Amino acid sequence: MVVLTHSIEIQSVSKRYRIGRQQRTFREDILEFAKRPFGRRNNEAESMWALKDVSFDVAEGEVVGIIGRNGAGKSTLLKILSKITYPTEGNIKVRGRVAALLEVGTGFHEELTGRENIYLNGSILGMKKQQVDKCFDAIVAFSGVEQFIDTQIKRYSSGMRLRLGFAVAAHLEPDVLIVDEVLAVGDAGFQKKCLDAMEGLRSGGRTVLFVSHNLAAVENLCSRGIWLDGGKVAMDGGAKEVILAYMASFADSPTAESMLADSESRQGNGEIRYTRVEYLNPDRTPRALTRCGDSLVIRFHYYAKKTVHYPVFWFRLFTKMGTLITVEYSDGHGINIPRVEPGDGYIEVEIESLNLLPAQYDLSLWITDENGETLVYDGDVRTVLEVEPANIYASGFTPTSRHGIAYFPQRWSVP
Amino acid sequence: MIRELWAYRELIYFLAWRDVKVRYKQTVLGVLWAVIQPFFTMVVFTLLFGQLAKIPTDGIPGPIFYFSALVPWIYFSSTLTNAGMSLVANSGLLTKIYFPRVILPAAAALGNLMDFLISSVFLIGFIVYYKTPLGWNLLLWPALVVLLILLSLSLGAFFAALNVKYRDIRYVIPFLIQLLMFTTPIIYPASMVPERFQWLVALNPLSGLIEAFRYVVVPSHVLDWSLLMFSVGITGVLFVTSVAYFKSAENAFSDIV
Repeated sequence: MVVLTHSIEIQSVSKRYRIGRQQRTFREDILEFAKRPFGRRNNEAESMWALKDVSFDVAEGEVVGIIGRNGAGKSTLLKILSKITYPTEGNIKVRGRVAALLEVGTGFHEELTGRENIYLNGSILGMKKQQVDKCFDAIVAFSGVEQFIDTQIKRYSSGMRLRLGFAVAAHLEPDVLIVDEVLAVGDAGFQKKCLDAMEGLRSGGRTVLFVSHNLAAVENLCSRGIWLDGGKVAMDGGAKEVILAYMASFADSPTAESMLADSESRQGNGEIRYTRVEYLNPDRTPRALTRCGDSLVIRFHYYAKKTVHYPVFWFRLFTKMGTLITVEYSDGHGINIPRVEPGDGYIEVEIESLNLLPAQYDLSLWITDENGETLVYDGDVRTVLEVEPANIYASGFTPTSRHGIAYFPQRWSVP
Repeated sequence: MIRELWAYRELIYFLAWRDVKVRYKQTVLGVLWAVIQPFFTMVVFTLLFGQLAKIPTDGIPGPIFYFSALVPWIYFSSTLTNAGMSLVANSGLLTKIYFPRVILPAAAALGNLMDFLISSVFLIGFIVYYKTPLGWNLLLWPALVVLLILLSLSLGAFFAALNVKYRDIRYVIPFLIQLLMFTTPIIYPASMVPERFQWLVALNPLSGLIEAFRYVVVPSHVLDWSLLMFSVGITGVLFVTSVAYFKSAENAFSDIV
């Protein structure tokens, strides 16, 4: 029998927040008290459960990624685990020294110098002065702000502040590390440092709990994934499976395949029409997740009522904002299809490297005959292509939709 | 709780150190400000209340009479203000990191101690100047400092916790300090208050304390032990109340701050 030591035990934890009228005034409370000094207080404030009956254990040395949409309760869970806030119900137990990084550079003071802030921040994060003394040079070197170490940080750029804050955090030696979305900020170099430092912790056998929207980072770093949805654990398992299930849950972004409803909005004579769209791997196996840089096969299924001569298959790709990215059609790629027999069939488009940045894209589809007369035109029924972040440059920098729509394979060099 | 505070003792020190550093950064006179404030207040008091209004000073030279009371009074009022605002002012820390919450008001109390010590050293200068003989009473001084810290911190932490929930406290504190300034024997000796109002003086825990701070530097001044015992008793009650309230309220700090 294997006895596992649990670093973290969470037993049916729930957390309720009051919403609506958040703050009662002193006057209201006094009046209330004057009216009913011993009675029950009027507690009409509406409440919502940020977490409801969440239970799981984390074994020592496990690296767990927590994913979920905004408002799923991820941050609340982290706050409870780091003892910043208390659960309304349930119990938590965390063994060992805990370091919670919900922010980089917590407690930095503008008026103090970099050096002074290293000591202050270190002590806020629970480091002893001796420990900071010992790592001081390493922290400074890691931050890359040596020249400015005796300058007040109000003169620092935001990037310098971030690096300094992370440099201190990276020298913590916790048994359990709790990290929130700190990787979402900062430039490529910074993100790479963050990921490297997390990797270092992982290989050092530390228990790490990591909340992120960056599914690529979760998949790379974590062995286990927990998907929170509406304050509950929706799924708990291997990081990869949980990410796939999470991706599949996006109702408006069917990932493996996409049914095209028989909509009224379809125009044309209906002799031939698209029935569904499938996203496949190059070996034609179904895929659940598409990331930027992936090789991808898009299979357009159609159904023909009768024999159709020389059909031309078209698709257009839009951003969610409606910007047209590209129009492609079979004729334009030199594909001539003399005839299509009645019944089901498909046509495939193979993309060697999908150079779209992470976002949701709309595909709109139609088919014309050789004269360009519309046979099937789907005006409203579109299908969604969801592209996930990936480490495309192998640098740790994972571009997001903030970086644009597309990326271009390129090589940088310094003479 | 005590063990946890001990584990976090360095954080108290660093937060206090931060407050002290920041207080005098980019000031020309720096730490001198710790002395300038009580010194000029003392000068004004001596001229106004001593020379003009002729309020008795129990036979003690005016500057010593006022200064010996102003030093602990300024510590009390600034600690009450800084500690009272400490939780709200550091809401960024409260919502991002765990530590025993009482560290914030405690660090404010510790940070102000530095000004207190500097101006106390200055007070010794006065005593030497006026050739006031020093007595064994001075041995009481450390105990008085402990009592002063306990009293200031108890009230400060209590207000800090209330302030998280009711921002009215921000206005209560300066108002309260103003009232206490006049109801505490700072510009007048407690002995000046008519006999039938002495109980009111005793209810103010600062009365016995501030009088005792005078007594230790001026041995000719008679210490009212019963007044000091009232101070000790009321401080004890305030301390227990404050700890109880703070503990009951602290779990919700990060949710409502």
